[in-house]
Amino acid sequence: MKIEIEIDGKKLQVEQNSMIIEAADNAGITVPRFCYHKKLSIAANCRMCLVDVEKSRKPLPACATPVTEGMVVRTRSKLALEAQKSVMEFLLVNHPLDCPICDQGGQCELQDIALGYGADASRYDQGKRSVADKNLGSLIATDMTRCIHCTRCVRFGTEIAGITEMGSIGRGESTEIGTYVEKSLSSEMSANIIDLCPVGALTNKPFRFRARAWEVLQARGVSAHDCVGSNLHIHHRRNKIMRVVPKENEAINETWISDRDRFSCEGLHSEDRVTTPMIKRHGQWEQVDWQTALHVAVEGLQTIAQTQSPSHIGALASSNATLEELYLLQKLMRGIGTNNVDHRVRQSDFHYQQATALMPTLPVAIADIEQQDLIIYIGGHPQFEQPLINHRIRKARDNGATVIMINPVDLKHNFDVSDKLIVANPLLPRALTAICRALSEQNPDAKTSAQELLQSVTADDKHQQLAKQLLAADNSLILLGAIAQHHQQGGLLHGLATLMASLGNSRVGLLTPGANATGAWFAGAIPHRGPAGLNVAKPGLDVKRMWESQLPAYLLLNLEPEHDCANSQRALKALHNADLVICVTPYKTAAMEQYADVILPMAPFTETSGTFINIEGKWQSFTAAVTAQGESRPAWKVLRVLGNLLELDGFNYVASTEITDELQALTANINSDQQINKWRYPSQLPAVNNGIERITYWPIYRSDNVVRRSVPLQNTPISDAPVIAMSQTLAEELTLKAGEDVVVSQVDTSITLPVKIDNRIAGNVVYIPAGFAETAALYESFGSVNIERK
Amino acid sequence: MGNINHVCFRNFDLDQPWTFEAYENMGGYKAWRKILRGELTREFVLEEMKASELRGRGGAGFPTGLKWSFLNPNAPGQKYVVCNSDEGEPGTCKDRDILRYNPHQVIEGMAIAGFVMGATVGYNYIRGEFYEPIERFEIALQEAKAAGLIGLELKDTKVAFDLHTHIGAGAYICGEETALLESLEGKKGYPRFKPPFPANFGLYGQPTTVNNTESFASVPIILEKGSKWFSEQGIPNNGGTKIFCVSGHVNKPGNYEVPLGMPFSELLELAGGVRDGNKLKAVIPGGSSAPILTADVMMKIDMDFDSLAKAGSMLGSGAVIVMDETTCMVKVLSRLAHFYDEESCGQCTPCREGTGWVSRIVHRILHGDGKPDDLDLLDNVAANMIGRTICVLADALAMPVQSFIRCFREEFEYFIEHGKSMVEGN
Ligand SMILES: Cc1cc2nc3c(=O)[nH]c(=O)nc-3n(C[C@H](O)[C@H](O)[C@H](O)COP(=O)(O)O)c2cc1C
Ligand code: SF4
Ligand code: FES
Repeated sequence: MKIEIEIDGKKLQVEQNSMIIEAADNAGITVPRFCYHKKLSIAANCRMCLVDVEKSRKPLPACATPVTEGMVVRTRSKLALEAQKSVMEFLLVNHPLDCPICDQGGQCELQDIALGYGADASRYDQGKRSVADKNLGSLIATDMTRCIHCTRCVRFGTEIAGITEMGSIGRGESTEIGTYVEKSLSSEMSANIIDLCPVGALTNKPFRFRARAWEVLQARGVSAHDCVGSNLHIHHRRNKIMRVVPKENEAINETWISDRDRFSCEGLHSEDRVTTPMIKRHGQWEQVDWQTALHVAVEGLQTIAQTQSPSHIGALASSNATLEELYLLQKLMRGIGTNNVDHRVRQSDFHYQQATALMPTLPVAIADIEQQDLIIYIGGHPQFEQPLINHRIRKARDNGATVIMINPVDLKHNFDVSDKLIVANPLLPRALTAICRALSEQNPDAKTSAQELLQSVTADDKHQQLAKQLLAADNSLILLGAIAQHHQQGGLLHGLATLMASLGNSRVGLLTPGANATGAWFAGAIPHRGPAGLNVAKPGLDVKRMWESQLPAYLLLNLEPEHDCANSQRALKALHNADLVICVTPYKTAAMEQYADVILPMAPFTETSGTFINIEGKWQSFTAAVTAQGESRPAWKVLRVLGNLLELDGFNYVASTEITDELQALTANINSDQQINKWRYPSQLPAVNNGIERITYWPIYRSDNVVRRSVPLQNTPISDAPVIAMSQTLAEELTLKAGEDVVVSQVDTSITLPVKIDNRIAGNVVYIPAGFAETAALYESFGSVNIERK
Repeated sequence: MGNINHVCFRNFDLDQPWTFEAYENMGGYKAWRKILRGELTREFVLEEMKASELRGRGGAGFPTGLKWSFLNPNAPGQKYVVCNSDEGEPGTCKDRDILRYNPHQVIEGMAIAGFVMGATVGYNYIRGEFYEPIERFEIALQEAKAAGLIGLELKDTKVAFDLHTHIGAGAYICGEETALLESLEGKKGYPRFKPPFPANFGLYGQPTTVNNTESFASVPIILEKGSKWFSEQGIPNNGGTKIFCVSGHVNKPGNYEVPLGMPFSELLELAGGVRDGNKLKAVIPGGSSAPILTADVMMKIDMDFDSLAKAGSMLGSGAVIVMDETTCMVKVLSRLAHFYDEESCGQCTPCREGTGWVSRIVHRILHGDGKPDDLDLLDNVAANMIGRTICVLADALAMPVQSFIRCFREEFEYFIEHGKSMVEGN
């Protein structure tokens, strides 16, 4: 309901339960503030927002005073200004005023407001407080003497990050903001407190003293690390990225970004960036000009296509590649006559690829996740996969939603899970089938073609109870995380989740890896469908079969298969055996120097224009923040020239936006004649093997080539080490102790890893991270392993 | 002890007055038993409370009956009554004696309050430094529970009231009622922004009433002897007796429970007059947060809420700090300022930064480093602290500062000019 109030003579219709400051903000009337932040609870402690309210003798804090009908507010009357100025003076009593050496200078709320409300000279002439700095870890620098005790950072921890790590200790002038016991912050969104801090107490540690705020230019960007598509402001100076900060977008990332999105840029300039084209001649790497390198690549591809067949060439791309890059890659491959193109590099099961939707998208907008009554999350760790989706799930929970986790590992979340079902990984399909059976029993009206399968399992009380909760919810959502998608029966799990949704009046969404999996599907970077879902006559090879087939030639886009792929050892074998491996990549790796023949340096996401389609289906285009380093080039240009040299049609783009437009036009004729959601369920679940199974996960800061190179991220407490984790029970069975090195083997390779005991892992399952050189030599990421004492 | 003890100290002549037996013999728990038997209605008790003109003894003097009427006893959900025995205001030492000598009267008062407001659970938040009072109160509480008077399931009655003791940890700010509630919840004692007031959002977010120990201890008598009797102990709008904690330069410092409205001169006489036959210089009449008044004003004043407010000070907690002619006001203010500087919770800017600033200015005057402009600066900084914070701790320093400068400006000016006190011997 709206009521009428007056602020500074302006009559305003405002929301009944709002505070004066919100009404003022909406009307564009400035009220100075420090502690107030629209995303945090009200603290009313800085007292900077005092305003003059008619009928009140005292000035009242605009941030904490609710509007009432007919209220008359003056934000700049004598009473208000006197109060505001006096608070400003008090704030500066103990503030060091060391602006010339403070990173916040030029972008400081205290500085800005002091300009408007502070006096020219200070009346305070005595000693000032100094406060010892705290070590918050590798991301955030502290200068606690500058702190004005607004407690935004403290409230952020409790209310947004969901983990209380900061607090205020001591009282009066001795109040200090800190972590109680010295520790590095462990939230995956911790660095948002840098933006929240109105002064220079908390600043960006890697960026420290790199540039002054007024020296940098600001470009718009989109996160290249998860499917949220957080909006970024990229700050650069003299063609070098200095730092990344959030760009507010209420529908996507609100005012936040994950630490991964903020600090990945630290990996952009790593020493293994390749900035000149390279070819391997007689086993030796040579830096060459583009013409030479392209010539070698094209000649190689042509030779194989002609002497063998185009279908002997396979192309694999990262799901962080742009829409334009992915589109040109598939166009190139299909142009030379093969459908062997794929981006699903972490997936193990492709059985049901024809049944899935045209492209994975959430059935609700990201912001609407908050409004769900019930969310079932299957297989994964939302907090470390898509921190900002997790944030919405957490908010849903705060709003009273039931959040149920079905997981093979009882992972820790930053909210209280309402209910959970922890089952050993190989039994995940069985658990979902049992829930489906319970659903069909409780909801007999719902039809299903999977009756035979359902009859093959029994549903226990827990399954019945979960089914009941799902049926009782009006607005529910089933989400599939990385473990579910990458699982050896990932296709089936997706199908079962879809079945759960149809029997439980719910909806399913995949939380895909990388920034642009949705775009990759749309662009046609899949072997079984063309752009916009176009039917292909004869599907090409999927990732798995591309590796297994040991093709003579591979074209890799923005990919480090040893770190990025499900079956990294199989990939390495195939690559080593191939005659021609062309890597279009921003970085080189030691393994790549072995298997590659041509390295074409590409521009990472900050140095190219492009588009990502996020998981809610939103297209977000961006331009290059800076020009590509050295001789590296945006990959769309590289692919275009390759197309030209291969004399393919339709590669005459001048700007990447022409590619975007071409794709945009395709949305009109999206192929609707797909066999979408026609799942054909098996009559029985696949047999479960009784040995020890491996689950692979990509730790938050090992997720892609840029992130892996960000040293500050690697140095956080949540960046996992390469270990093999297992339950105490399994360790005892194998007579292993924590910390002990064990030999982990698959097929014909073995590696050595230290044991970590983690009782959250159910069953005879070991949990091994990917994205490390140490674990690259393993085969199937979901499959049996052998473990022996060293 | 004084000699007109009618209410809280009425049992002081008895042997071991703190025992259950002594309290019952004196007529204690009569009102509560009536309530347990269903003989008194909530409405009746509330009306009696209003008619008694009892005003809160914790500092603000808010009418207790009116405060109780803010809670709807029939609203669903848990409600609480909380007794504020944090007694941190410098100069105040009355709640300590109530708890030591008459703990049952506090328990009965709280139980009655619980009945009126539909609160079945109460907490007594007692200052942590109190050893004996905590022990006495806790024993009394066990006695009352054993006697079947306190508890959630009492025999033959629908009324229930359970009570718990909570021990504070030594922060003055935890006497402020919302900081007290935070502290009771296990959090750092930070005052809450009001509204919402505790009556709507109190302990654990539930409707809550906080009263001072002396306020609660006054309740049973109002029901025993009637509101008329009680109000007639004092003067209109200032019902009952009040304990004054007389300290400083008097011959017989101590707690004196006397009728509200008693002339200060009589109270001073009770306390044996100014020591050594010295001349009275000034009095802080209501605890360290109350503005200071000069001797001539004090000798004409009556000790009640309204008279002291009219004179520009307040009755506050009833701590009367008497100072004779040998007192250096700069020194006194410096000591006061230091206290508030130490005790500010640090939440609000004007208080966190202002108390320190004020304290450092007075400190430098006291150490001979005062500057000519310091008094105006002090006065202005104090003015900027008033009415701009979440709770009134800032005002509790700022108002005394202004009053000291107003009443004793010359003394401060002298100190600044000469680097030493105007008062001999300092
Ligand atoms: C800084 C500060 C300290 C206070 N300390 C006490 C105290 O120690 N005891 C007390 O009863 N009230 C204290 N009060 C007053 C309480 O906030 C509250 O008004 C009182 O307990 C209400 O009880 P009453 O209505 O019975 O007076 C304090 C207030 C402030 C602002
Ligand atoms: S460190 Fe910054 S954000 Fe935290 S309380 Fe201090 S000023 Fe506020
Ligand atoms: S913004 Fe209102 S008190 Fe801080």
